Amino acid sequence: MADTATGKPEAIRVDELHKSFGAHHVLKGVSLTAREGDVVAIIGGSGSGKSTMLRCINFLETPSSGQITIAGEPVEMRADGTPANRKQIERIRQSLGMVFQSFNLWTHRTVLENLIEVPVHVLKTPKDEAIARARKLLARVGLAEKEGAYPAFMSGGQQQRAAIARALCMEPKAMLFDEPTSALDPELVGEVLQVIRGLADEGRTMILVTHEMKFAREVASHVIYLHNGLIEEQGPPDQLFGAPKSDRLKQFLKSVA
Amino acid sequence: MNGAGLLVSTLDYLAWSPPGWGATLAVALGKSILIAIGAFGLGLLIGVAGAYGKLYGRPVTRDLLGIYTTIVRAVPELVLILILYFAVTSSLNNLLLAWGFERVQISGFAAGIAVLGVVQGAYATEILRGAILSVPPGQIEAARAMGMPPLMLAWRVTFPQMLAAAIPGLANLWLIATKDTALLAVVGYAELTLVTRQAASTTKAFFTFFMAAGLLYLVISILSTLIFARIEAWARRGQVRRAGT
Repeated sequence: MADTATGKPEAIRVDELHKSFGAHHVLKGVSLTAREGDVVAIIGGSGSGKSTMLRCINFLETPSSGQITIAGEPVEMRADGTPANRKQIERIRQSLGMVFQSFNLWTHRTVLENLIEVPVHVLKTPKDEAIARARKLLARVGLAEKEGAYPAFMSGGQQQRAAIARALCMEPKAMLFDEPTSALDPELVGEVLQVIRGLADEGRTMILVTHEMKFAREVASHVIYLHNGLIEEQGPPDQLFGAPKSDRLKQFLKSVA
Repeated sequence: MNGAGLLVSTLDYLAWSPPGWGATLAVALGKSILIAIGAFGLGLLIGVAGAYGKLYGRPVTRDLLGIYTTIVRAVPELVLILILYFAVTSSLNNLLLAWGFERVQISGFAAGIAVLGVVQGAYATEILRGAILSVPPGQIEAARAMGMPPLMLAWRVTFPQMLAAAIPGLANLWLIATKDTALLAVVGYAELTLVTRQAASTTKAFFTFFMAAGLLYLVISILSTLIFARIEAWARRGQVRRAGT
């Protein structure tokens, strides 16, 4: 992609991604490149395939065809799109912090336990080191007093901030956000966006699927508008939101305004 | 002599040392509990494998497991015990003799655990299958998305999450296991019920001995209920209490 060709190394690259669920062709050949420090926002109506696209990047959905390249390393895929090398997929997933719409904190573990679970048990980080890192992250997302709480007893906004901290605790190379504020009550959206903005400001590589157009415009370095499984339009946020070219995007922006 | 007087006079039979039958009953109770623990444990192993097989196995595996759970849950335990203890051992021995091996005698203890374990396994398969399905997919997805290997995921995420849903069913299953041990009396295994019957017919104090056995079973079940309640409370940590729980 020309507009982000700043010479920085590519963090995430998607080439000609197709995905079908049965006869339903959801992604019809989409490509994107996120270089280090890029914040790529993916917008689009419901059913446009934006979440599916994000979920294909870490193989929560197996692509039907296409190529995913993470930090220059192509993911080995079989002909049917399933990952050929489980160890490679696990390693790549560990380098991509994923934040879900529905938080998905483990309900049987406290917030602190959620944060250190994978660092300690999968990445073999020494426990005290993981705890120290987790506490620092919880303080950063404003949940220092909540480390002993169980997720079900916290508000949605608190849970999502904890989920972001959990992803960060893995020290990922890039972050994937799948509509992180869509399940939140309106008054809780701000606190989560503030945390995400902080991450963008410190130069983290992120891909963000969102319905928050204003937010996307403010934090994104590149915006992709997806329609019916194809990239309808893409470019810098000011261009996309300020001077949309395609009728569909104009219509979409009008409908969500 | 009135009934109460008769009961009191026969209570001596429950004394620990002969001529009392106390120690004999206690040993029989211990055997019953050991068989129940063995059968329940075996049933859990079969259940975990069966549940995963039914959920994620190939079609053949699923069909075979379907036949297993259907048959075992359809046939009375008593019949299954008779089949395994008499029919299976005799065919096994015929086979062994035909191949030039010695005949084997299957101990009542091993047969008891095997039969009741197979029965428990069928029920546990269904309980655990339902419990695994009750785990919110997002919980598993979060672990996958962080690169957790499948076995660790099953052990550290799926298992603790399904436990809360599985415990009530498993507690029932355990209570059934403790009482099904009584069925082993038919193959002459000296568990609590058989020994009670022997003691009762020797002393003619039927009421006393069967009441005593009934009380022992009751004590097991009350203690078990308390233990399972604690396990369930632990398994439900982190869950918001809903009305009625």
